[in-house]
Amino acid sequence: MLGKLTWSAIPLDQPIPLFAGGGAFMIVLAVIAWAILSGRMGYLWREWITSVDHKRIGVMYVLLGLVMLLRGFVDAIMMRGQQAFAYHNNGFLPPEHYDQIFSAHGTIMIFFAAMPIMIGLMNFVVPLQLGIRDVAFPTLNSTSLWLTATGALLVNLSLIVGEFARTGWLPYPPLSELPYSPTVGVDYYDWSLLISGVGTLMTGINFVTTILKMRAPGMSYLRMPMFCWTALCSNLLIVAAFPILTATLAMLTLDRYLGFHFFTNTDGGNMMMFINLIWAWGHPEVYILVLPAFGIFSEVISTFSGKPLFGYRSMVLATLGICIVSFVVWLHHFFTMGAGGDVNAVFGIASSIIAVMTGVKIYNWLFTMYGGIIRFTTPMLYSIGFIVTFALGGMTGVLLAVVPADFLLHNSLFLVAHFHNVIIGGVLFAGLAGITYWFPKAFGFRLDERWGQAAFWCQLVGFYMVFVPLYVAGLLGMTRRLQHYDVAAWHPYVIAAGFGIFVLIGAAICQVIQIVVSIRDREKLRDELGDPWDGRSLEWSTTSPPPVFNFAVLPNVSGEEPYWEIKRRAILSQQLAAEPDYEAIELPRNSPTGFITAFFSTITGFALIWHIWWLVLLGIVGAYAVFVWFAWRDVEEYVIPAEEVARLERERRVIRQRWLDEHKQLARVAA
Amino acid sequence: MSSTTDTLFQAVEPRLDPYRLGRRVRTDHGGDGHFEPTGHGEGGPASKRVVVAYGFWIFILSDFVMFSAFFAAHAVLQSATAGGPSGPELFSPTSIAIETGCLLLSSFTCGLSAVATRARSLLWTEAALLVTGLLGAVFLVLEAHDFAAMVAAGAGPQRSAFLSSFFSVVGLHGLHVTAGLLWLGTMMAQVFAKGFRPNILRRLLCFNLFWHALDIIWVALFTIVYLIGLG
Repeated sequence: MLGKLTWSAIPLDQPIPLFAGGGAFMIVLAVIAWAILSGRMGYLWREWITSVDHKRIGVMYVLLGLVMLLRGFVDAIMMRGQQAFAYHNNGFLPPEHYDQIFSAHGTIMIFFAAMPIMIGLMNFVVPLQLGIRDVAFPTLNSTSLWLTATGALLVNLSLIVGEFARTGWLPYPPLSELPYSPTVGVDYYDWSLLISGVGTLMTGINFVTTILKMRAPGMSYLRMPMFCWTALCSNLLIVAAFPILTATLAMLTLDRYLGFHFFTNTDGGNMMMFINLIWAWGHPEVYILVLPAFGIFSEVISTFSGKPLFGYRSMVLATLGICIVSFVVWLHHFFTMGAGGDVNAVFGIASSIIAVMTGVKIYNWLFTMYGGIIRFTTPMLYSIGFIVTFALGGMTGVLLAVVPADFLLHNSLFLVAHFHNVIIGGVLFAGLAGITYWFPKAFGFRLDERWGQAAFWCQLVGFYMVFVPLYVAGLLGMTRRLQHYDVAAWHPYVIAAGFGIFVLIGAAICQVIQIVVSIRDREKLRDELGDPWDGRSLEWSTTSPPPVFNFAVLPNVSGEEPYWEIKRRAILSQQLAAEPDYEAIELPRNSPTGFITAFFSTITGFALIWHIWWLVLLGIVGAYAVFVWFAWRDVEEYVIPAEEVARLERERRVIRQRWLDEHKQLARVAA
Repeated sequence: MSSTTDTLFQAVEPRLDPYRLGRRVRTDHGGDGHFEPTGHGEGGPASKRVVVAYGFWIFILSDFVMFSAFFAAHAVLQSATAGGPSGPELFSPTSIAIETGCLLLSSFTCGLSAVATRARSLLWTEAALLVTGLLGAVFLVLEAHDFAAMVAAGAGPQRSAFLSSFFSVVGLHGLHVTAGLLWLGTMMAQVFAKGFRPNILRRLLCFNLFWHALDIIWVALFTIVYLIGLG
């Protein structure tokens, strides 16, 4: 009846996952109870859960990413703690638990923290920057979000029901095959990534279509903001790479469930094929994460330097170049696994070529700042911290791309330090910069600067304190994923890294305080105008938060920095552009399709993990029924009448005009 | 989009598509006919017909990428028979030929349904879709029969890596045809219940793209799995 699921799946004998999972479960229950008791459930359902508005979907993505970031960070604290204590003894985590923690840490950080934060920012920002009203497929967008949430839910469910994979974040066979991983751990990994992978793929399709086919009048390719370009490249990579992940995990699943022989070490299976396939997805994945990060830094640096982005076209070319070359470097993840000198040389050189294009970007950012009037706000601090940190991480990366060096350094903590160097310095810093930068646009008030800067400094110092010692330990020969060790030379560095994690905890605390303080002081931090940073692209031309339709009239774009031009014209002439004719606007209706589909996907995924076959069938039939029900509806859109559009737009114009009147002296400066 | 499908579906939708997302609602459907946004930055967002078909093309491309991973796996594992039977011992050219014929013919009838849709003929659209579905079903039955015979002969997917990849890549195509049949049935019901509304027309266009894409996959599969496998 319940397949493999029995009471023994609940880890009553392991207090750490039980309390962690139980605690998280109680928090979720408490939030739901609070929402019901305070009468907010209806509001949440109508305005958020069923929302197809790209702005709200973006906010929910980022929220999911931040919660998972904390979850993955707790894993990190436990790993650093374990290694700090486990010198000549077993520490506090038994090996089978420690192995699950490092697997869950990687999986959660990449798929459910970094990806949702980046996709969330793209969701919120791209349509606003393109000057349009929504993405190409709004309901599909909501489905993507909830399928990602399904994956996150399944991974976290493994804390209290069963266990997670012990294979590392990429389940290399034969370890991940049934004979060596007979429990449900790898199945949790497989199904959560298969389900959330579908969501990510649909996001990719959605955004490629949106960016290529739906832009404001006049916005040609070479007038798109840099963030839109990087989002385009990132989503092209999603479309080209995520199907490979799906195929690879499907093969592993067939091996485990139906006795196939794709990657087994008997009957002709080929383990190297898994490693090739998974990295053919895995390397582009790195750029799926870091390209939007480059876009965020481009926007932030240009805005806070008060200058257009230096070398915009070379930036576009470098982004496209990285997008293409990222597909032909996957083998550098396994130089030591027997491809031979010639093949290794080709992939080593290709890997180094990426550094050239990244170098172009670094110089462009530096030249953007050169001669500008720089404001050292939190997002700008993250950007400068990124340039330094990422350049270092890039250099250790080039070092690892040198094949003979890689033979010595592979699988060591040097490698671990390298990729944390680029992912924390690149993706995490960008995520935090982007959140701080666009927060006022989403919520109508800025985040507190003092706590933001405190968080930044903790983040920067903490990062170096943790990972510089790990670089050294790696050079001294310490391999990754050690549950305990007894080499005296490594010990001081591991201890030092353990102290560094306290500074990172400080960063997380500052971050939380920043949000609480900002909500408390929101009236003081209010962004009346909708342009808190003196921005240059179209998202700053509308109100904060924007109306549901974003723009009363689609803006007409005539240059690379459309909003900057509009603003300059208004300041010079001391008046806003003439009022256009307002017309009624049609928008897609909210729909529970995405949420219900994800509900059935969760059931199907859980049932597949535990071999509860009747429930699998029920889930699939349910999902199909939702699909038909959605396809059958007659009214897809609702209309906002022209008077309502005019009323909202006139409110915005009044505020803008008042701002112009208050800043008359700007006209003289501009002239 | 290919020019053929483009002209086929162009005529059935007004140039000014009132269903377009977030577009101003025009009361005057005849006015300013020169306004045809392409999405390339001239006139603003493209029409919903273009957006939907374009998005679906991207989906098909991603599906091709998934298939290519399975094709690559099959290329690697083709000779990994682990002492078990190989392709020439298992494949029945007659059955494969009939399957191929059914599928290609179904693509033709699917094309006929598009012509009937353009002529706004409910009867002929439904009839052509029905024939398409029947041909697809015959294909699936034959394929299932082949699979069952192989398994019965001890050549199931558990026998060797070669057979694992064979069953996966051919089965994945079969799964797509099955999903296509479900979609086709749903579309027939929708056309019957709702008539040729713009959103139904867009879905028919996507279904056409999907069904022809399955044909393209089959041609690749026929070449890589059967022709090379038999040779």
